[in-house]
Amino acid sequence: MASVNIKGTKNGLLVTLGEGELASILTELEERLTGTASFFKGAWVALTVGQREMSIEEIGHIKALLAQNEVSLGAVISEAPITRAAARHLGLETKRSFRPEPRPEWRTEEEFSEGVLVRCILRSGQAIRHPGHVVIIGDVNAGAEVIAGGDIIIWGRLRGTVHAGAMGDDQAAVCALDLAPTQLRIGKHIARPPEGKPRRKPVPEMAFVQEGIIIVKPWKSGH
Amino acid sequence: MAARVITITSGKGGVGKTTTTANLSVALGVLGQRVVAIDADIGLRNLDVLMGLENRIVYDIVDVAEGYCRLRQALIKDKHVSELYLLPAAQTRDKTAVSPEDMTRLCDQMRDDFDFILIDSPAGIERGFRNAIAPADEVLIVTTPEVAAVRDADRIIGLVEAEEKGPASLIINRVKPEMVRYGNMLNTADVVEILAIDLKGIVPEDKAIIVSTNRGVPIVLDHKAPAGLAFRNIARRLLGEEVPFLNIREMPNLIERLARFVRQG
Repeated sequence: MASVNIKGTKNGLLVTLGEGELASILTELEERLTGTASFFKGAWVALTVGQREMSIEEIGHIKALLAQNEVSLGAVISEAPITRAAARHLGLETKRSFRPEPRPEWRTEEEFSEGVLVRCILRSGQAIRHPGHVVIIGDVNAGAEVIAGGDIIIWGRLRGTVHAGAMGDDQAAVCALDLAPTQLRIGKHIARPPEGKPRRKPVPEMAFVQEGIIIVKPWKSGH
Repeated sequence: MAARVITITSGKGGVGKTTTTANLSVALGVLGQRVVAIDADIGLRNLDVLMGLENRIVYDIVDVAEGYCRLRQALIKDKHVSELYLLPAAQTRDKTAVSPEDMTRLCDQMRDDFDFILIDSPAGIERGFRNAIAPADEVLIVTTPEVAAVRDADRIIGLVEAEEKGPASLIINRVKPEMVRYGNMLNTADVVEILAIDLKGIVPEDKAIIVSTNRGVPIVLDHKAPAGLAFRNIARRLLGEEVPFLNIREMPNLIERLARFVRQG
């Protein structure tokens, strides 16, 4: 298991630091942040560190690291009183353990796997960010952005930029009735459409990662 | 009856917002409507020049907003149309001299006395644009058939929708007949498909516009110019009339018109 775990929740991101040397964990955190910076931008983070005892400097360092990526550290969750005291010193909220909000039973365990349905024309300058799947009924125009932790499905024309699996999930897919994005990203892979004239008759297509590259296939039933 | 406040905006500069405002104001005035044209481009005023009224400005919109004069004193009567007035922008100030609340208040003061209040928005999406759309009941988005202009129009439509100002409708300006004919330009159907809002008018590129702009005589007063006809049609559509769109593809250019003239002669 990776020593840094990032999970989307309804209120923000939950970053869990695992066991091991702090320096290497921080390097990994930094990589994850810069690799998927577009997704985390503007997010609020709760940091879970288990029993690790951390100093004011160490927490301050993580806070600065997050701030560099335009993420704000809001709370520290730790079982170690020293860590909580250090966090309080920095003006952060603290908690002894992470308790997910009580939710109705029919909900799935992880917020992550949920999705949103949006019915609109997403215009230049507008963006949708969601930790789960995103389904859009309408067009995504050039200059618009959709960033999802899971899949992106567009019942309409895709002309803007999309990033599926933005938290590092290479299994995510992008589907659109007319798949002509400015740029398409899945996990850590980036693709742009071939140069040249657009096709006359668009067909529904699906983009996914196969053997390390993004490929596009007609989107039909059974795929 | 209370006036309709219509803001003319585009995002991108140079697509013809001011030309559209001047021409629609005059065309509505010719159709018997009582009209005020407001120049919201404070610091870069142009509407007065296009209407040929720059040498009559005494007070401007900032003077009114700051209470240096009464609204009536700043309104300049048009020289071509009797029921048309211009509220000019200040040239020596900037956009922050007026607030969106000022604009709403000024328009509300005029609503009872006019049928239309047309506001010429500055380019951009900042304060000037916010000022211009604050009082709007309707928004006219001007674009040209170019990718960059359409992209900016799309952004503006998003902002207009977010502000819940609307409905927004579209004017496609400077459509070049010969380029459309040879498929070298985004055609109007492409633009409408991307922007997905109601189309109010298509205005052909017309060299006579440059002359009219420089002279301060809006092209709608020129009964031979294709662009003038297009603007007159938009004014009629604003009044609820069903007017078919001009067929730009078949619009003859000057040489063809001359050739036809010679043949007829």
